[in-house]
Amino acid sequence: MAQAISPPEVLDDKAPGRDRYSSDAAGLGRLRAGVFVAPALLLIAAFLVFPALWVLYLGLTNYRLTGAAAAEPRFVGLDNFLDAIANPTFWNSTWLTVQFVLGSAVIGQVVLGFTIAWLLRDRRGPLKRLVEGLVILAWILPSAVVSFLWVALLDRDGGTLNALLGIPGFPWLLDHPMLSIIIFNTWRGTAFSMMLYGAALGNVPPSHLESARLAGASGWQQLRDVVFPHIRGHILTNLLLISLWTFNDFSPFLLTAGGPDGRSEVLAVHVYKVALQSGELGYGAAVSTIILLINLVVAVFYLRLLRSKK
Amino acid sequence: MTPRFVLGRIGFYTLIAVLLAFFTIPLLWLVTAPFTSDPTYEVRWPDFTWENFQAVVEHPYALPSLWNSLVLSVGTALLVVVMAALAAYALSRVRLPGRDALLYALLLLSSIITGTAAMVPLFQLAVELNLIDSQLGLILILTGGLLPAAIFMLKDFMDSTPKSYEESARVFGASPLQIVRHVVVPLVRPGLATIAVWAIANVWGNFLMPYLLLSDVEKQPAAVITYTLYTEGGQANLRMLSTFGLLYSVPVVLMYLFVSKKYGFRFHGGIKR
Amino acid sequence: MAMRKIAVVLAATGLGLAACGQSSGGGNGDTIELTITQNAIAGGKNAAAAGFVANWVIPKFEAAQKAKGKDVKVKFVPSGVDDEQYKTKLSLDLKSGKGADVIDIDGIWAGEFAQAGYIKPLADVVGPEAESWDGWSQIPESVQGLATYEGKKYALPIGTDGRVLYFNKTLFGKAGLPADWQPKSWQEIIDAGTKLKSSGVPVPIQINAGTAMGEATSMQGVLPLLAGAGGQVQQDGKWTGASQALKDALGLYQKIYGGGLGDPKLQQEAKGRDKSFQQFAEGKIGILMEGDYFWRGVVNPKDGVAPMDDRDQNVGYALIPAIEPGKGIRGQDFVSMSGGALRTVNPNSKHPKEAFELLAFTLSPEALKEETKDGNVRITPRTDVNKEILAGQPLLTFISEKVLPLTAYRPPVAVYPQVSVALQEATAAVVGGTAPDQAAADYQKKLEGIVGGAGNIAS
Repeated sequence: MAQAISPPEVLDDKAPGRDRYSSDAAGLGRLRAGVFVAPALLLIAAFLVFPALWVLYLGLTNYRLTGAAAAEPRFVGLDNFLDAIANPTFWNSTWLTVQFVLGSAVIGQVVLGFTIAWLLRDRRGPLKRLVEGLVILAWILPSAVVSFLWVALLDRDGGTLNALLGIPGFPWLLDHPMLSIIIFNTWRGTAFSMMLYGAALGNVPPSHLESARLAGASGWQQLRDVVFPHIRGHILTNLLLISLWTFNDFSPFLLTAGGPDGRSEVLAVHVYKVALQSGELGYGAAVSTIILLINLVVAVFYLRLLRSKK
Repeated sequence: MTPRFVLGRIGFYTLIAVLLAFFTIPLLWLVTAPFTSDPTYEVRWPDFTWENFQAVVEHPYALPSLWNSLVLSVGTALLVVVMAALAAYALSRVRLPGRDALLYALLLLSSIITGTAAMVPLFQLAVELNLIDSQLGLILILTGGLLPAAIFMLKDFMDSTPKSYEESARVFGASPLQIVRHVVVPLVRPGLATIAVWAIANVWGNFLMPYLLLSDVEKQPAAVITYTLYTEGGQANLRMLSTFGLLYSVPVVLMYLFVSKKYGFRFHGGIKR
Repeated sequence: MAMRKIAVVLAATGLGLAACGQSSGGGNGDTIELTITQNAIAGGKNAAAAGFVANWVIPKFEAAQKAKGKDVKVKFVPSGVDDEQYKTKLSLDLKSGKGADVIDIDGIWAGEFAQAGYIKPLADVVGPEAESWDGWSQIPESVQGLATYEGKKYALPIGTDGRVLYFNKTLFGKAGLPADWQPKSWQEIIDAGTKLKSSGVPVPIQINAGTAMGEATSMQGVLPLLAGAGGQVQQDGKWTGASQALKDALGLYQKIYGGGLGDPKLQQEAKGRDKSFQQFAEGKIGILMEGDYFWRGVVNPKDGVAPMDDRDQNVGYALIPAIEPGKGIRGQDFVSMSGGALRTVNPNSKHPKEAFELLAFTLSPEALKEETKDGNVRITPRTDVNKEILAGQPLLTFISEKVLPLTAYRPPVAVYPQVSVALQEATAAVVGGTAPDQAAADYQKKLEGIVGGAGNIAS
């Protein structure tokens, strides 16, 4: 990770096999480093790793919230996974999740976040603060409140959007549920990408851009040849985190409740419905495990893509 | 003033205007509905009544729940920032065996713990550790879930800070802890602030875990109280919801303004190479 | 400095592990501490019920106990969220040996809670006094059935309800329909809808469908229709698959939504039920199938969510007819569905006897009369109380006297919620254009997966 984040020049300096961290600037030493890491690791072990492994185990049982299977859950091996694979609802949800992640995170948040960061890169003053403030506001408002804002925006009868467009009665959430939640999540999450790219662009040496400009490079060429190599590590971090978050994002539920008829039931909403509304915790845990595996594949894909492309 | 430059300016401001509209329009309801006597989902010019606010003030749990939200989110943010900073610094400067793989594995596992399916393990864990109905217990559980991503982001941050300051501090005989406190922390402060705001926003909106782990309504945060502002048949009480929603949003907004003014609010801020 | 911070944090962690959560139990001396919980909260959901417990039940009960020489302290634990979330929390509490001493649950959860061992027969938890409670004689057999699982009483029922067809008399007048409308078959409902449509009513008939409305689709939609066609979701331990009754029920949906008599969009919206309430109050819906909650909590001119000032004059109600006279379940001409909540003693209670006394006290005639004062009327489980409090309440009297004798209940078993979702999906498919026979066949397929194979489905 560290290598991917560092500017390429540093990477180039590094002789193969030599560990640049062995110098250990602060003179920390492994022991003290271990002490620094220990408190976090302890908490993570107790409240993250342990329950997460428990979830993985639950996925192998027929455990339920209530009923006979709550009193005496049975080990059922991979039955839940086989059920999921045989279940068209699950595949529908998986496909919708792919659309959701690609549309709202990889395209929506990354493109919009980068665009804002690029537009405002040389600016100071109130306009920059206003734009950034509003984008960040969308990110930090509590989801319970945000869901009401978007229902008010997209409502069929009194919705603000229909009033502005002059098409009263247009059912956005019914006719375009996926588009609605993709745009919603773009609105909601762009701040993170904007801040990350804003910081990344600050690391691009202005002299490099200047010489590219003097050499007659177009805007697109500057981006590709000068900016992109410098911020590749940031793109990687950004894609990893927002994909992961979006995969597990449950907030579309607050807008469409997965509907109409499951047409916006992304996997996180599917798990909520299965685990909380139907009480099928074993099956829900199995689907969570599958989400984890998909996330793993996605992470490896990103790492490959951005590390090799040099 | 070449025509190209003028066109560019026009394009720039058009784009900014569209962006501003996109990010502002959804917020309109939040600033109008609380001041309207009988709000619907329609955004209308309010009649500037204070009755809705009075109703919220008279609500027995509404305002105290904001305090609880503050305790939970600030407590979690403090723990996350301190622990993540120490861990991220150590991981950034010292090559511990299996460091990267461990970090990725934890990051992936953190996704499972935020899902609905984890509620039973977390609840039973809390029961076994006697952490039910304890705000501190909830803080620890929430911290565990947020730490991997926080360490991940902060490690990036630490990696990109120059090591020369630390080296020179070391020459003057500073201990590693002194170096962290007096050299590293000031360098990465905007990053710490960002992580803190991120953690606070995360906890501030969290409903399910506080609801399940805190039985005592006097300890429950605003997210839980928001979900009670419904009728028997599940209809939203928009008067209360919009007004409480506004009050519920104000603290995070103030916190953002404060943090961004005091510490700056960005990832790899301040350092130019 | 940082070291000290770590130390503080670690100490705090240790403290947290050691010191927290000694919340319940542990009364000093002979003070008996009891807790009672409902999905109700002051200032929010079911605020009236929460207020009643906190301000009337608790002081009165404590005083009564004091008079008997017992020092009892009662605490109300409010909740007030989605029923599913309340159920989840309750399940987790009960599973871990926690939870309040007296708890409210929905009647439909009784079976799954009993199967899981979360609740136990009152006779086992409390003792013989639960069986010999003097209130039982006042509770009709069918309402007692709500609290009974496999022949044993697990709780006391705290009320019941019923479903009827509401209609807007003004719209009916314009369409040339009588103000005392009482359809005797489904065809008469369709006929009325057609007349309403030609007189310009935007949504002539609203019968809940689809998954967005959740259980409201089952209770105020497919289940009463199923009963009207002579069917039940489960009968004698066997589930009903793609029966003729289900096809008939889905067929009515097709006639309504395929024939332009209903608004299919309304069935898909996440807040569609709220909208249907709003539209009925605005005079845009002619006929609406709903429970008595609609009358009490929605169009109630005083504090409803969609108040109608002229409710008493303008809103009519009629029994839900069978598909044809005599073709409903048990050969009935009219049908309905009912639910109701239960109140029981937590098997983990340290003081089950006192907890039961508190429970019985909340269902004493004086408590029920007090609770239903000031326009907060609902149908209580006790006939002696109902006689008195329902006087002057035409709709509730109608439901109590005409609907309850012919009503039906849902099967109180753990898989019912999933079966219900499958039924909702079948209605959604029909509203979306699928043929009823196909939707019924799909339902049967799903049902087999839910209830554990074709062997559990009646052929």
